[in-house]
Amino acid sequence: MSQATAAPKAPLTHRLRTWVGDNALRIYAVIAFVYLLLPVAYTFAFSFNDAGRTNIVWNSFTWDNWLNPCGAPEVCPSVVNSLVVGLIVTVVSTILGTLIAFSLVRYRFRGRSTTNLLIFLPMATPEVVLGSSLLALFLNLFVPLGFTTVVLAHIMFCISFVVVTVKARLASLDPRLEQAAMDLYASEREAFRRITLPLVAPGIAAAGLLAFSLSFDDFIITNFNSGQFTTFPKFVYVSATRGIPPQANVIASAMFFIALAIVLISQFAGRRRKEV
Amino acid sequence: MAKADITQAEGDLFLENITKQFGDFRAVNDLSLQVPQGSFFALLGPSGCGKTTTLRMVAGLEDPTAGRIRIGDADITYAKPYNRPVNTVFQNYALFPHMDIFENVAFGLKRRGIKDAKQQVDEALDLIQLSQVAKRKPLQLSGGQQQRVALARAIVNRPSVLLLDEPLGALDLKLRRQMQLELKRIQTEVGLTFIHVTHDQEEAMTMADTVAVMNEGIIEQMGPPTELYESPRTAFVANFLGQSNLFPAKVAETSGDDVILEDSDGRFVMPKARVSDRVVTDPGTEVLVGVRPEKISIARLEDAAPPPADGNFVDGRVTSASFLGVSTQYEVTTHGGDTINVFAQNLDVHNLVPQGEDVRLSWLPIHGFVLSGHDDINAGVEKNV
Repeated sequence: MSQATAAPKAPLTHRLRTWVGDNALRIYAVIAFVYLLLPVAYTFAFSFNDAGRTNIVWNSFTWDNWLNPCGAPEVCPSVVNSLVVGLIVTVVSTILGTLIAFSLVRYRFRGRSTTNLLIFLPMATPEVVLGSSLLALFLNLFVPLGFTTVVLAHIMFCISFVVVTVKARLASLDPRLEQAAMDLYASEREAFRRITLPLVAPGIAAAGLLAFSLSFDDFIITNFNSGQFTTFPKFVYVSATRGIPPQANVIASAMFFIALAIVLISQFAGRRRKEV
Repeated sequence: MAKADITQAEGDLFLENITKQFGDFRAVNDLSLQVPQGSFFALLGPSGCGKTTTLRMVAGLEDPTAGRIRIGDADITYAKPYNRPVNTVFQNYALFPHMDIFENVAFGLKRRGIKDAKQQVDEALDLIQLSQVAKRKPLQLSGGQQQRVALARAIVNRPSVLLLDEPLGALDLKLRRQMQLELKRIQTEVGLTFIHVTHDQEEAMTMADTVAVMNEGIIEQMGPPTELYESPRTAFVANFLGQSNLFPAKVAETSGDDVILEDSDGRFVMPKARVSDRVVTDPGTEVLVGVRPEKISIARLEDAAPPPADGNFVDGRVTSASFLGVSTQYEVTTHGGDTINVFAQNLDVHNLVPQGEDVRLSWLPIHGFVLSGHDDINAGVEKNV
């Protein structure tokens, strides 16, 4: 014991090297986060800019943009459009995608592996290609461009993401749990409702959130197939030529914080469920 | 009327000519057996012998290709799993991870709409001595605790038949021994019919009143553990339950109640009662002579007493001797070329026979058994895992 206290300290160079070794990952992480979050911080900061014609140069601080987010023309209608499209797309693609995921995981049928492969196709195809070919399809079928075509296009590419997400969750579910439930007097329907559904629910919820954010965010495919119909991303793109109003920054920042809140709440709920 | 009977059915469990075919593979082949109500029954066999498939058919998780399953008078062959008075303890427990222990155990009672579920669940948790973890989630318990919860979850429903699918397979040796005793205690206490599927012969023999040894979709032999061990009917049973020395011989003659057998090492006497019912004792018939390693006495040839007139013996040389503490395991090569294993209890440490020594092995005629010469001499020998 006494020998240990008398032991000489490690040389400075060694200690320095150890410190760098211990903290390299931390330093790297900080740099990476700055890189990731700087654009968000910029967007947020400029939502408080008392902008004139364009929101590029900082003039002065104001609450006006946040107090009156619909102040600029067309901002709010485009956000409403995006929300409506997003909600419909989320509901439809989550239901359809979940059903596909169940059939792919639970049943052996002819064409199953082909379906598994085809599901990835919309995710792998460049959006420009998807958007332009959808446009050609709609034109050839004389479908008028607008709300309907946007919803159809979004559901199409969201389904793949939903299927992949739910499938991953479902594949990790032990099929014996359902058998155990049926062994314990639960009918097929009850076993599904009480065992399968609660255990797959986090995957379905994640898939739904993913579908919504993909739909809300989409510009390329929407731009090809929307005609006169304007979503929020399309509005931002179009107004970029004349100057984006600071209200767009307000909407973007608000979306960011809502998304952040959802993630935090779900994490917190998940942790509490584990502790109890 | 018939429907109500199924869920309440009681009595012995009958499997009648059950066959299960998976494509080209016949997992269970025309199997029939009767399990008396309230008994502890073990289905023992190597993996892939059809024992789990048999269990799943009783549980209703698999439909038989042919045959009938009855409990008492009620035909449950094609009844849904949730309509039969049968519960299962699954191999990896299959506890519901999103429910706590209480909810897991209460699951079956709630599905049947039973009112005083709480009291029954509490009693079941008492029985497995886990009342203190009722509010925990399955993943927070140790393997042994999860195993007991799986048992309580099934037992609480008081099924007519309780199925246990390799329930102790995932536990370590010490815990497994402890659980074996506990399972036996619980079975005696609740008096339900237990059907226990396992590949562990020691586990089957420790717990079960009746053991059925299964191989390749059929039952090779069925009976109390001692009977299976002492009087195996086939080479598979002789090798799968414990160890056996088997060597080929021919029937030389019969005299009175005895059969005289002959092989390259000489002649052996066997009581007719020790001959498998599958063997015809006509002179010249090829048979397998069997004797358990612990039934054989080993002595240095120079020390050996002259063999008794009615005793069997062979002479040979020790090719290996391993000291195991309680016993010493010898491998002896006889002059005729057979290899015989001997377990000698270490009553006297100074009596160890070194390798290379000439020895005489002897055993009483009633300790041997005679099997059909058509059996594969290596059937059921456990491969080193």
